[in-house]
Amino acid sequence: MFYRQAGDFKKSYREDIQTFALRQDRRAYYVLMAIAFLVVPFFINDYWASAVLLPFLILSIAALGLNILTGYCGQVSLGTGGFMAVGAYACYKIMTSFPDLNIMIVVLLAGLVTALVGLVFGIPSLRIKGFYLAVATLAAQFFLVWLFNKVPWFYNYSASGQINAPARSMFGFNITGAEAHAPARYLFCLALVVLLAWAARNLTRGRMGRSWMAIRDMDIAAEIIGVDPLKTKLSAFAISSFYIGVAGALFFSVYLGAVEVGEVFGINQSFLVLFMIIIGGLGSIMGSFIGAAFLILVPVLLKNVMVNGFGWPTDIAAHIEFILIGGLIMLFLIVEPHGLAQLWRIAKEKLLLWPFPH
Amino acid sequence: MKSLTIAGMALAMTVTSTAAMADLVFPSLSYRTGPYAVNGIPYADGYADYFTLVNERDGGVNGVMTKLIECETAYNTQKGVECYEATKGEGALVYQPLSTGITYQLIPKATAAGIPVHSMGYGRTSAKNGKVFSHIFNYPVNYWDGASHAVNHILDLNSGDIKGKKVALVYHNSAYGKEPIRTLEELSKKHGFEFMQIPVDHPGQEQKSQWLQIRRTRPDYVFMWGWGVMNQVAIQEAANIRFPMENFIGVWWSGSEVDVTPAGAKANGYKALSFHAVGTELPVFDDIQKYVVDAGKAAGAGDQIGTVLYNRGMYAAMLAVEAAKTAQEMHGTKEITPAQMRDGMEALEMTADKMESLGMGGFGPEFNVSCDNHGGPGLGAVQQWDATTGTWSLISAFAPSDSDVILPLITEDSAAFAKESAIEERECA
Amino acid sequence: MSPEFLYTLEVILNGLMAGVMYSLVALGFVLIFKASGIFNYAQGVMALFAAMTLVGIQNGQVPFSHLINAVFGTHIHGFGWTLPAFVAILLTLLVMILFAYLVERFVLKHLVNQDPIILFMATIGLAYFMEGFGDLMWGSEIKVLDVGVPQGASFWLEDFTAGWAAEGSEYYGMYIDKLDLVATVVAIALVVSLTLFSQYTKTGRALRAVADDHQAALSVGISLRKIWVIVWAIAGFVAMVAGIMWGAKSGVQFSLSLIALKALPVLILGGFTSIPGAIVGGLIIGVGEKLFEYSIGPMIGGATENWFAYVLALVFLVFRPQGLFGEKIIERV
Repeated sequence: MFYRQAGDFKKSYREDIQTFALRQDRRAYYVLMAIAFLVVPFFINDYWASAVLLPFLILSIAALGLNILTGYCGQVSLGTGGFMAVGAYACYKIMTSFPDLNIMIVVLLAGLVTALVGLVFGIPSLRIKGFYLAVATLAAQFFLVWLFNKVPWFYNYSASGQINAPARSMFGFNITGAEAHAPARYLFCLALVVLLAWAARNLTRGRMGRSWMAIRDMDIAAEIIGVDPLKTKLSAFAISSFYIGVAGALFFSVYLGAVEVGEVFGINQSFLVLFMIIIGGLGSIMGSFIGAAFLILVPVLLKNVMVNGFGWPTDIAAHIEFILIGGLIMLFLIVEPHGLAQLWRIAKEKLLLWPFPH
Repeated sequence: MKSLTIAGMALAMTVTSTAAMADLVFPSLSYRTGPYAVNGIPYADGYADYFTLVNERDGGVNGVMTKLIECETAYNTQKGVECYEATKGEGALVYQPLSTGITYQLIPKATAAGIPVHSMGYGRTSAKNGKVFSHIFNYPVNYWDGASHAVNHILDLNSGDIKGKKVALVYHNSAYGKEPIRTLEELSKKHGFEFMQIPVDHPGQEQKSQWLQIRRTRPDYVFMWGWGVMNQVAIQEAANIRFPMENFIGVWWSGSEVDVTPAGAKANGYKALSFHAVGTELPVFDDIQKYVVDAGKAAGAGDQIGTVLYNRGMYAAMLAVEAAKTAQEMHGTKEITPAQMRDGMEALEMTADKMESLGMGGFGPEFNVSCDNHGGPGLGAVQQWDATTGTWSLISAFAPSDSDVILPLITEDSAAFAKESAIEERECA
Repeated sequence: MSPEFLYTLEVILNGLMAGVMYSLVALGFVLIFKASGIFNYAQGVMALFAAMTLVGIQNGQVPFSHLINAVFGTHIHGFGWTLPAFVAILLTLLVMILFAYLVERFVLKHLVNQDPIILFMATIGLAYFMEGFGDLMWGSEIKVLDVGVPQGASFWLEDFTAGWAAEGSEYYGMYIDKLDLVATVVAIALVVSLTLFSQYTKTGRALRAVADDHQAALSVGISLRKIWVIVWAIAGFVAMVAGIMWGAKSGVQFSLSLIALKALPVLILGGFTSIPGAIVGGLIIGVGEKLFEYSIGPMIGGATENWFAYVLALVFLVFRPQGLFGEKIIERV
């Protein structure tokens, strides 16, 4: 009923490898893209950009990155906040040292710097596995934050130790700085999200992604059939860190504009991104987005409903918000333990067959 | 899809909740949850209660009712930005976020939007330079004043000579905690005392190494720039190593009831800086009892009245209301805009008579704000904790800071900011 | 003896004590991980919740008073009693047992046989839930915890050791916090009783059987659900002890839930499945980070403890990837 296509009839190899196998999904995807690129920019205001869409888009990139490492390659990381900080500080140093460089190039360069740092902290993964690996990434987390707080070179010797993003523009619209244009900031991030999600989707189903998954599923067996664990694990660390670095650079320059490292890129941020991919679905591109949406949008929604809608005191609303989010996480798990993306997939399969399940 | 429905619902909520523009809107970016809730609750209560008082007792500010929009930040920068964006469209007149991190966020944003920010005793110290920071105010005091007040206090204790004394600074290892270091370094050169820095990492529940170091090196005085759980643990540890509490001086954010009570009687004699009165002696508290508490309109649980942070919240609200009054007079209109509010803040004069007429005689120092000085003269005092009666009391008069040392530092730092952000200095008449 | 040597000794002793405090938190994690393979993210929040409940019961605070006042416009705050500490502790223990039962009944029961990562995620949800619930129930103001745990320097030890230093050098005696001594005694008592319990009681043997192999335990008629309730109740008790010890220092407030972060390197170093590992790991981390802060810290700007604990754990792990006392990882294809 809902889907007009029934069953799974692939006639060519090309059809078989399509990301969206159903025509309606494909169309829905194109419509979504059209709305996101062509409609939303005309209606977006500062509130929607700064409070809702930018954090969602940027943390989606971070979640994508972490999902590559944890979801696809099976290496647990709690260093996301620290790596985002590397991206942010690299972005700041490049922005202030080369004022004429295009902001897009700056952000990508910041990602590259983070990839290098991620590579270094990925080395222990060759020996330490599972939950124990979390220690290497936690060491990165705390050490990097401490370093950025301690060495004045990173914040250009400013008295406050905070970093501020100077104004930069693209095509005449300010992307960063105080006068930044909300639609421009949004489109800038959206373009990067679409590009990086597309890249992630194709990386994960290509040769590299398959070797990541082989390592995740059973590393010894993978090694025996000829997957090089060194290359595979380190490539996952580097690419994942690139994504996270880009997210950190955007978080600092486009979203916040001023950052204090311990507060913004602390261990909480690492946990938040990890929660996103677990709740959304490990090893799923879609899951990264759903998880980010759940943990960014639901609190804002709940707060708006309870404080503005019902007029409750802010503290009681905040406590109930925590109770509800915790309750929802547990409820979703009991209903479907493999994350929201899996719930979505099952729903789709059911709908495809409905109303004739046989 | 799901996210879109959610987003749509959120949109509906925000649209329906837009307020009528007739009131004077004061957003309160408070935090009643999270790691700093302990300090955030009394402040938020004081801030809210004063506006309730103004509405109930005076019928608003010169007849225009005030409207307080409270928004929970949990001391989190991201939530702070959300709160700022959610409230700025409702005619917010002034932001007082009570967080150094959020203040830094707002400095460029609010300046661009033309809304003033008042970071009272926190935020960016060089915002005192009104030529560079047109919309940011930090009267009556800033951290560098605070560092100087603490040094002045020990100068007083030693009849002006502290050469060779050892002073340690225990600080929260963040932008906030590092604020006084430059000033203290300069002051140590000037007065010849030995200065040592002891950082404590967030959150600060384990400070054994720090206090063992203090016990070993025996500084004559310890200053503290702490916040949250760090304060309680530091005071406890200081008491444990039997450091003389009267030589232990905290900044104004490390000196409230919640910081000293966990240590019990051992915290007796601990000192902290302050820039407003303590206790509930003044007539304004009778009014609060009558118009706010007895009417059942007190914010929060209503059990914080008279605590240091409650009074500070109240003081911040009072300064905002007085600035609004000034703006109303200047522009001859009752329903002022944020731009007019900014002018009002810049022309604010707090005189003893004015405070007396509000029932708050001597509540804070006398000061003037001007175009090039957004920080006032930097008057501060020292308060001391009496554990037997459980009260703070001011033990000095409001005294100025060492502007010979501080002003050059402020000029230097604000010039760096102006250069980095490509701001041209304003001309001040 | 030279003062330098004595100072170093003092740092080591205090590091050991701090390590015990970390171990107290880590113990709760180990208990649950051992019996059910769950990395319980909510352990820190449990400590906070237990401490809040303890203070609330002791001081006769009305639960949810803030919510009730907001909804009904009343002004209730307290029952007006103050209970003796041990009664309050017993009542809190009952609350934690009830909590364990509810967690099993509404969450874990539905997640039997799932991957560890999914159970981990469930505890994330639990942590969020309890954070909001605890604050709503008892309020987020700071509370002073007073169950009569002694605190402050041990003067006797100071006087006793003051004469140890060489003549003429400045030395003020050895410093040890009495709270830390109590914590050490409590930790020893806990470990001994837990060991006795698991070695010599029927339930204890069932616990170990479940820890070894869920399915085998089930097949010999051990009720997994009952065991889980017991384990979570014990973990709740350990969380309460940790909450009391840490709360005595700082008062009971939200930051208490962050002590879990201090336990993470201890766990990783000691191995998630070993009770002695939690203790030894805590001691190594405690001494290591304090010594590093004391000797190297001042040269590189201080506040190194947070990251050094992890680096230390990392160094150990490179040589023993399963943790010091972890079960040996046997890999087969």
